Amino acid sequence: MDADITLRVDGEARRLTVDTRTSLLDALRERLGNTSPKKGCDHGQCGACTILLDGQRALSCLALAVAHDGAEITTADGLARDGELHPVQRAFLERDAFQCGYCTPGQVCSAVGVIEEFAQGWPSHVTEDLTADPEMTHDEVAERMSGNLCRCAAYVNITPAVQDAAAQR
Amino acid sequence: MTDLLEPRAIGQALVRRDGEAKVRGTATYAYETPVEDPAYCHPVQATIARGRVTAVDTTAAAALDGVLRILTPFDAERLASTEDAEYAVLQSPEIAFRGQLVGVVIAETSEVARQAADAVVVTYAEQEHDSTLAVDRDDLYAPEQVNAGHETDTAEGDVAAAMATAEVSIERTYSTAMYHNNPLEPHATTALWDADAQFLTLWDSTQGVHPDRAAVCEVFGLDQEQVRVVCPYVGGGFGSKGRPHANVMLAAMAARALPGRPVKLALTRQQMFFLAGYRTPTIQQLQLAADRRGRLQAIAIDVVEQTSRIKEFAEQTGVPTRMMYAAPNRRSTHRLAALDVPVPSWFRAPGECPGMFGPEVAMDELAEELGIDPVELRIRNEPEVDPETKKPWSSRNLVRCLREGAERFGWADRPRGRRDGDWLVGYGVASSVYPTMRQATSTATLRFEDGRYVAEIGAADLGTGAWTILPQITADALDVDVADVEVRIGDTRYPTASVAGGSSGTNTWGSALVVAARAFRDKFGGSPADGDEVSGDVDQAAKDDAHAPYAFGAQFVEARVHADTGEIRLPRLLGVFGVGRVVNPRTARSQLIGGMTMGLSMALHENSVWDPRIGQVANHDLAEYHITVNADVGEIEALWIDEHDPYVNVMGTKGIGEIGITGTAAAVVNAVHAATGVRVRDLPVTLDKLLPGLP
Amino acid sequence: MKPFAFARPGDVAEAVREVAAEPNAVFLAGGTNLVDHLRLGVARPELVVDVRTLTSREITDLDDGGLRLGAASTNSEVAADRRVWERYPVLAQALLAGATGQLRNMATTGGNPLQRTRCPYFQDVTTPCNKREPGTGCSAVGGYVRYHAILGTPGALPDPTAPETCIATHPSDMAVALAALDARVHTIGPAGVRTIPFVDLHRLPGDDPSRDTVLEHGELITAIDLPPLPEGTRSAYRKVRDRASYAFALVSVAAVVDDGDVRIALGGVAHKPWRASRAEEILRGGPLTEHAVRAAMDAELAAAQPQPGVESGNGFKIPLVARTVAATLRGLTEEQP
Repeated sequence: MDADITLRVDGEARRLTVDTRTSLLDALRERLGNTSPKKGCDHGQCGACTILLDGQRALSCLALAVAHDGAEITTADGLARDGELHPVQRAFLERDAFQCGYCTPGQVCSAVGVIEEFAQGWPSHVTEDLTADPEMTHDEVAERMSGNLCRCAAYVNITPAVQDAAAQR
Repeated sequence: MTDLLEPRAIGQALVRRDGEAKVRGTATYAYETPVEDPAYCHPVQATIARGRVTAVDTTAAAALDGVLRILTPFDAERLASTEDAEYAVLQSPEIAFRGQLVGVVIAETSEVARQAADAVVVTYAEQEHDSTLAVDRDDLYAPEQVNAGHETDTAEGDVAAAMATAEVSIERTYSTAMYHNNPLEPHATTALWDADAQFLTLWDSTQGVHPDRAAVCEVFGLDQEQVRVVCPYVGGGFGSKGRPHANVMLAAMAARALPGRPVKLALTRQQMFFLAGYRTPTIQQLQLAADRRGRLQAIAIDVVEQTSRIKEFAEQTGVPTRMMYAAPNRRSTHRLAALDVPVPSWFRAPGECPGMFGPEVAMDELAEELGIDPVELRIRNEPEVDPETKKPWSSRNLVRCLREGAERFGWADRPRGRRDGDWLVGYGVASSVYPTMRQATSTATLRFEDGRYVAEIGAADLGTGAWTILPQITADALDVDVADVEVRIGDTRYPTASVAGGSSGTNTWGSALVVAARAFRDKFGGSPADGDEVSGDVDQAAKDDAHAPYAFGAQFVEARVHADTGEIRLPRLLGVFGVGRVVNPRTARSQLIGGMTMGLSMALHENSVWDPRIGQVANHDLAEYHITVNADVGEIEALWIDEHDPYVNVMGTKGIGEIGITGTAAAVVNAVHAATGVRVRDLPVTLDKLLPGLP
Repeated sequence: MKPFAFARPGDVAEAVREVAAEPNAVFLAGGTNLVDHLRLGVARPELVVDVRTLTSREITDLDDGGLRLGAASTNSEVAADRRVWERYPVLAQALLAGATGQLRNMATTGGNPLQRTRCPYFQDVTTPCNKREPGTGCSAVGGYVRYHAILGTPGALPDPTAPETCIATHPSDMAVALAALDARVHTIGPAGVRTIPFVDLHRLPGDDPSRDTVLEHGELITAIDLPPLPEGTRSAYRKVRDRASYAFALVSVAAVVDDGDVRIALGGVAHKPWRASRAEEILRGGPLTEHAVRAAMDAELAAAQPQPGVESGNGFKIPLVARTVAATLRGLTEEQP
């Protein structure tokens, strides 16, 4: 069963027809040709499909496109504006925070979300005192980035890259 | 002996050339290839582990709107070669393992393809299956050889006699689990068959476009000129994309069933646990005999592992024991059980990875028995020459790695069963090793084009850094600025290249590029004209057979075990490696820490739990098959010593993709033992195995 | 993945009517579990009714000093609420121990407790499962049972072919905290509105393992209330898992302690969040010494049935849960000024 929807993707309104079964991820990749978000598991178990959905990091594989008609979506490609990389992307390059690159757009989107969540004072599983402003320690960043698997295992570079980018904010 | 290239670009920590495309997500992986009007495939898998398909009813599936074709064992095209049973997809109704391909649906959308695949009704005549690996099976057999062409068994002296008379001996059984490579990019292909031109194009996720093409040509009876394989980026492989698996043949078959229309086929994550290879579980029986001073008198390893009933793969688990330490009496054997299971294959450091587990834990157990520092025990057993071939080492710096690592890690002051709050703390050590290899075939062309040097070679970059480091090597061979060199890879339109495997990529492709660069300078001098071109083959590069070439390393681990719950944390890992010359420290470090982290993952998390009742991996997704996440990783440091090896190749490189994963799991087990007193001999180390030993 | 109709009604009443009218209809909120199940073929609805924006997303103070969580509030929002940190740290900790940042941004208060078991056989439509397909048997018995139940199971060696056999566990962390907090669940359904004590929301397999909760078809959670706790109450959530993050619980403990009273809920051990009522009773009024807690847990776990299976079964959960409860209560009592 088909439905017509509009998505705002990386700043541009896109009208499209989707099957009610189509995930946001497949809508982006197979209908709109935006392959920046990746399919690693299709079940919310790896984080490769992470996008910013209405400003928050979310898994596009577990979102039905039809349920997000009108949504504002930012992919890693859209984070780079006017040919300028986002500070998170620059930090990933500098720290070599990736190898094969397949989980990377999801890591980048997730990192942007994490930095914002810190700014909002959100605690994490490793925050000792929930009521204190969380500090961007290694353990805090690592916990918050744990929803993005990296099989090449660039974790020891990803965490400082996120810290570097946050410091530039 | 070779004069090594003078390093100028080599040794620079250049940022990855493909980096910007990767951080933006614009690097195009196989499934993502933009093609006109693609169709989508979804495989159908067997739900029995042994038997035969008696019928396939596609009526309901075919009736669905948008279904284009359905292929089954009864109507799929007959392949030119079915010699490799893994590739003989849909050629027979016989079922050799659960999850085997029994069909494929091609449809207008991925949603319809999946729905239709679910609607295909397959009926079976089921037979009893047998998928349980055990050392006491009566049908274990010795393969003709083991992976990479090694001998199945080796023996020297008399191990039994040495064990009987030695001052100290230990005899233990260790096991490693079944592991699935699980690259984050699922195995995927975009395929197009041009019926008029009789030409097949595969945009495939592969560690080698040329080996991929060769396999497809063989199976479909096509000439090399009829097939092009393209793969600029690989979303990880770790061996599983080193050889094509059945999914590639299925994609090609689907394309040929729908001429002129590109088709896309990606395995789901769940399907990868059946169809994309895996590392066999291993059972390792170790014997060590030593005198009181810790000099080994005997070392033996007897390995039992599995293969599939339809295709043999024999992991060379016993191989590192043949060369690692000195001992006059030695033995290694491999025995296989051929089971009703999916086909095992390469996974990062086949042989060395599982094969450096049992022996390196056994060395720790021996050190404990003797009351000798485990670092010192290893140093006391340093062989003068390769115990297996009796050749001198091209370079062997294990002792330096052990000493430097011990110094940096604070090994001398190591805690033993120390309690820090709720946590029990211990340190562990193990050695690492990986052979230095160079493949026999690879060719590069080098052309002067618009003021730049353009090299072409069908190499692969699966995150290893080839896009970046091959220009560094070429620039130094040409004596030009690296910015003036472009190296194009990942396409069979470029000259033949070997697989990115065995940590041999840089050694092989780099050698070919250096040959080409030198030939170019010989022919055209320093001021070439536009279009000047030469090619170079790896077989023209100097080759040394007089030495035993290996990379070595030492890994140190700090383990903390929660005294109440047994939860395990590894806040610190240090690896010190002797890997020859490092071409790019930035990407090299990533490879080494990546390997060590995967070793951590193997030690604590990874385990494909086999359910022998139904014949499949029970935990076949990424929620249940745990790979290490960011929060599991503390400080991981990889260092390398300055090592000048004039025998390996003209770059002086030894290969770094795999050594990082060898020995890590043993170091973890040894650290956990130091923390808790519990010796875990069966991976993974999980809290339930520690609970009985906790305070 | 079967096709389905999609509806986004204008209000809750209409949503309930639409689902009630179609026997094979489901509500969709954050989608983190439902979309997963649609793709696996575990859920095969004819109609999906989107309620994500229909129920309240507010977190509001109640007159009695408690807190009301609107069903559409996300797990992230609840975990980021200062009132939750201060009054119900056990809930914030449970939420933060669950899933990942991305998933918590999607998952909702109403949806989280209704997530279904992660039993691998339930999720694999090629294997028999009484929960997914009633009457087909239970593949988990004798199989991979690391994440399976030890409490509330039918017996020492359940019959895998019996239609009532199910040894699944409930995977939610949030639900364990809500059970310990004696939360109340507000619903609206075809029969009107009702309030259900959270501890009664989930059920044991009984004779129908296909039903996880007592909710009727078409009944929708609209809010969850957290009752006020006495001054000085301390609470904590402790989750033990195989990875440091992004893993389901092997066992988990939600504990709420005030003078003389202790509430303990356990995760990862039963078909529902398990209130350790026997242990609570034994400990009530007495000092929470290590010895007393261990003895109370021995009593609680006396009826535990470790399940044999591949990889040596799940008997380890018995000592593990006792140790984890002891450690959690130790932490809470040591915090005392």
